[in-house]
Amino acid sequence: MDLSAINPVILTASLMVAATPILLAAIGELVVEKSGVLNLGVEGMMIAGAICGFAVAVETGSPALGFLAAALGGAGLALIFGFLTQVLMSNQVATGLALALFGLGLSALIGQRYQGVKPPATARLDLGPLSDIPVLGRVLFSHDPMVYVSLGLVAAVWAFLRVTRAGLILRAVGEGHDAAHALGYKVVRIRLMAIAFGGACAGLGGAYLSLIRVPQWTEGMTAGAGWIALAIVVFASWRAGRVLLGAYLFGGVAVLQLNLQAAGVPVPVEYLSMSPYLITIIVLVIMSSRRGRAAVAAPASLGRVFHASS
Amino acid sequence: MKLKPVLAGLALALGLAGVAAAADKTKVGFIFVGPIGDGGWTHEHNVARLAVEEKFGDAVETIYQESVPEGADAERVLTQMALSGADLIFSTSFGFMDPTMNVAAKFPDVKFEHATGYKRADNVGTYSARFYEGRAIQGLIAGRMTQTNVVGYIASFPIPEVIRGINSAFIHARKANPDVQFKVIWAYTWFDPAKEADAAAALIEQGADVILQHTDSTAPQAAAEKAGNVITFGQASDMIEYAPRPRVSSIIDNWTPYYIDRVQAVMDGTWTSDDTWHGIREGMVKIGEITDAVPADVKQAALALKDSIASGDYHPFTGPLNKQDGTPWLTEGETADDGTLLGMNFFVEGLAAEIPQ
Repeated sequence: MDLSAINPVILTASLMVAATPILLAAIGELVVEKSGVLNLGVEGMMIAGAICGFAVAVETGSPALGFLAAALGGAGLALIFGFLTQVLMSNQVATGLALALFGLGLSALIGQRYQGVKPPATARLDLGPLSDIPVLGRVLFSHDPMVYVSLGLVAAVWAFLRVTRAGLILRAVGEGHDAAHALGYKVVRIRLMAIAFGGACAGLGGAYLSLIRVPQWTEGMTAGAGWIALAIVVFASWRAGRVLLGAYLFGGVAVLQLNLQAAGVPVPVEYLSMSPYLITIIVLVIMSSRRGRAAVAAPASLGRVFHASS
Repeated sequence: MKLKPVLAGLALALGLAGVAAAADKTKVGFIFVGPIGDGGWTHEHNVARLAVEEKFGDAVETIYQESVPEGADAERVLTQMALSGADLIFSTSFGFMDPTMNVAAKFPDVKFEHATGYKRADNVGTYSARFYEGRAIQGLIAGRMTQTNVVGYIASFPIPEVIRGINSAFIHARKANPDVQFKVIWAYTWFDPAKEADAAAALIEQGADVILQHTDSTAPQAAAEKAGNVITFGQASDMIEYAPRPRVSSIIDNWTPYYIDRVQAVMDGTWTSDDTWHGIREGMVKIGEITDAVPADVKQAALALKDSIASGDYHPFTGPLNKQDGTPWLTEGETADDGTLLGMNFFVEGLAAEIPQ
């Protein structure tokens, strides 16, 4: 065993990179579920974003345009889901699952020309003297811009849901869509906006994989990240701060266990392998169980079909 | 996570029902563990599938299902394929072994070919390639080229095929460079680009400047390229898009001749269950071009090793070799028998890593 080979500074920095795709997808899904819609198609929207972003970044040479396209692609796919579930009132669970499959297939189709192609590199954000601070500079101030975008999004979503009127309306729609409707709020329109936002975030998460973290296009490259994002939203009991904690915990333990394996730590590999899932769930469940029931409850209208006449 | 393949299976069943009309064609099914665009293992199986279509034209019809999880879902997909009238089914991952045996018992008239496994029946044959021959060449290049004396190995599952590869690479790396150490990460997946990239990054951070992979995607190649001064080898497929660096050579699985041969046998009615294990000599294992990033003398030594393996003069597992715990395994000049190799569940002496039990 050689623990000295693990550099905690680099480890923390790679933890943030590993967690970002899941964090982006989860924070988007959080807003969707807060509005009372259960979209299980995160995996499909992520991978659609991964290929849209990759294709546009390769064609234009600009990662920024790539991320924009990824957000649009994810949102576009999400709006198909929105149309089916909000306008045609189809079952959200079935439609969401179909969306996941559809996204995987569609991305494979679009991606055929892009296998083995290398994407343009995304520059690390130059924060000048901040990046030169020992330890902290490497951990906090020398990432690509998307890491900061994801953190900013978490803060924005937290503030939006907590202190803004629009956030209150969104939560009202999620808690009781009939009452919100009676008050004159446009339930369907609000939900469609939330769904589009969730799709855009998932798309960004996917593009983060294909443009920065891996970086290349491979069919099915999200490999279940979307499902983990869904689980994190639930275990975080629909709170933005805990989504951040859950995603970083999962990403962190996932990276840490690989490093521990490489260092030859005498813990059976099976335990190391399951540790990201186990630790994330245990920590989030313990945190949630300390509060009253109200703190862990899902939005009351989550997954229910809304019809204006009923 | 679980519902996705179920729905995929349903979709497949519906799709298959639609084409069940053509009766006199030989129908050949393939089930794949990853997507056909993985750029590695599944990609090469699909190349061979397309070659079968090309060769037999209208006389065959092929169907396939990709990204099938190992386990109960595989059984469902295999059953659907058998029900839809497949005459021959290639099941192309180690973890499909028990599902294949179960389904084969229910459909005695359907022939099954299972890759890399060891269970056979009257209608189940097995086939694999001697990838360890290629690993020996990679080990030699790795041992000669490493500056840090640390070689990183991304392993998938602790099964004999993977363990054989690690042993073979290690033996030949040590022969070339007595100071070399292997660091092994068990990824517990065949295909997860993000995890493979993280594993490669973890190994590189801990000093590895050569990365060997036994997972299917090209993500470790991209990670090595990003890191700079690291070399890699294409796995299962040539991965030539990462040449001349980081990818300096590769093992290419060439299933085409075997698949054509077996489909022909089914057409002729001469198919019988057997166990095929071909290597460099028969052309099932090919060594991808060794790039100019490799010094000329190393390249020469690697090619000489390849030739001696191909001619049968040299066996990658030739004694004296001890097991990891120091107990003797092969005496001077003795070569390993296929039975031991097929069930290999131990590391050789000198490897510091551990096999999960």
